[in-house]
Amino acid sequence: MENKTPGEDVENIIAMPTKQADPNWSDMLAELAETKSKTIYVQLFRHFAPKIKSYIIRLGLVESTADELMQETMLAVWRKAHMYNRTKAAASTWIFTLARNQSIDWMRKQKYPEYGLEEWHEEPDDEVDHCEQVVTSDRMAKALGKLPEKQSQVLYMSYFEGRSHAEISDRLGIPLGSVKSRIRLASEKLRMLWRDDV
Amino acid sequence: MNIKHHLDEATLVSYSAGSMSQSMALVVACHISMCPSCRNRVQESEAIGGMLLESLTPESISDDALDQVLACIDNEPDIELEAMVEETNFSQSFKHESIDSDVPKPLADYIGGSLDKVDWKMIVPGVYCHDLPCKSERGGVSRLLKISPGKAMLPHSHDGNELTLILRGSFSDEMGRFTAGDIADLDSEIEHQPLVDSDEDCICLIATDAPLKFSTLLGKIVQPITGF
Repeated sequence: MENKTPGEDVENIIAMPTKQADPNWSDMLAELAETKSKTIYVQLFRHFAPKIKSYIIRLGLVESTADELMQETMLAVWRKAHMYNRTKAAASTWIFTLARNQSIDWMRKQKYPEYGLEEWHEEPDDEVDHCEQVVTSDRMAKALGKLPEKQSQVLYMSYFEGRSHAEISDRLGIPLGSVKSRIRLASEKLRMLWRDDV
Repeated sequence: MNIKHHLDEATLVSYSAGSMSQSMALVVACHISMCPSCRNRVQESEAIGGMLLESLTPESISDDALDQVLACIDNEPDIELEAMVEETNFSQSFKHESIDSDVPKPLADYIGGSLDKVDWKMIVPGVYCHDLPCKSERGGVSRLLKISPGKAMLPHSHDGNELTLILRGSFSDEMGRFTAGDIADLDSEIEHQPLVDSDEDCICLIATDAPLKFSTLLGKIVQPITGF
């Protein structure tokens, strides 16, 4: 870890799913919200908890803390399941935001500013096809695999290492403007690939 | 609300990733809560996070971990739980007797429900500020600014990023005209001097992740006083 250049271990962390043999986690989470079924919850736990722990460790927290925050995140999944909106986000997206908030709140001892969960309940608006957005998880995985390394690197450093633009600029020794333009390019390309490749 | 100035793509990614300072994240969350188009965009950026989470190699987890969580859940009877969650939501949304329409909800957690009840501190005549208690690294700050009509901010540029969200009134600068809900998402390339062009005071929420650089001698003298 110490001597690696940032993003060098990119290869090791991406196990690109080419086929989605998994159950549909978003359907299951929506079902959990309705039924409060523990059987479904256990399945969600077995799938997501090990990934949540992995995410928290990558943020730089020690294993015992990662275990604790993973449990808090999974408890939040149970407690807040009724707020999950299947048409707005995939289960992995929703659970990612819970894990992110738990980790940041713990690290900063201050609540990460959220734009408001009540918006999740909003009526779907006509301009954007949210259902379209939700089924894109494996298309997105493919799209991510197609990004040039320089662009995926800045995404990994943002999402997995929690580094700000300024920190990435320091670490990579490139100007702040270049960090931002790489992120913009990566993000715009993902959106494009992800929409075209239907 | 007719919002014309939106968040930069890179800023949305940083917010979604949780890799942004507390002070900047507050301003971003406020704009998103006012702007349906950025709300849709941020959900797409969060989907990148979801995808990346899905792609991670799982860590091993002890069976105990699941048992402990299930035990916690068993101690929370469903009906009471729902009542509790409802109540929590209720108390969060209505923690302040009422929230004015020009106070975004994430900001209300810091200042209460009204911009008129903020404890303003004068910097120079016509320019008032109120610091928000965001813990921040590397000298970034977030604060409210209230500037009288016709006043200009000192010309400045930045080492890092600056976010300015208009809550009331309007100002114009080299980038255009900004009214309520608009956000100026600027980086170190840009030097600007906002001028308030509304009849009422312009109130904005501003955050930086590094100290500002003032480009005039006066600015350099005032800088230690304003603390920017």
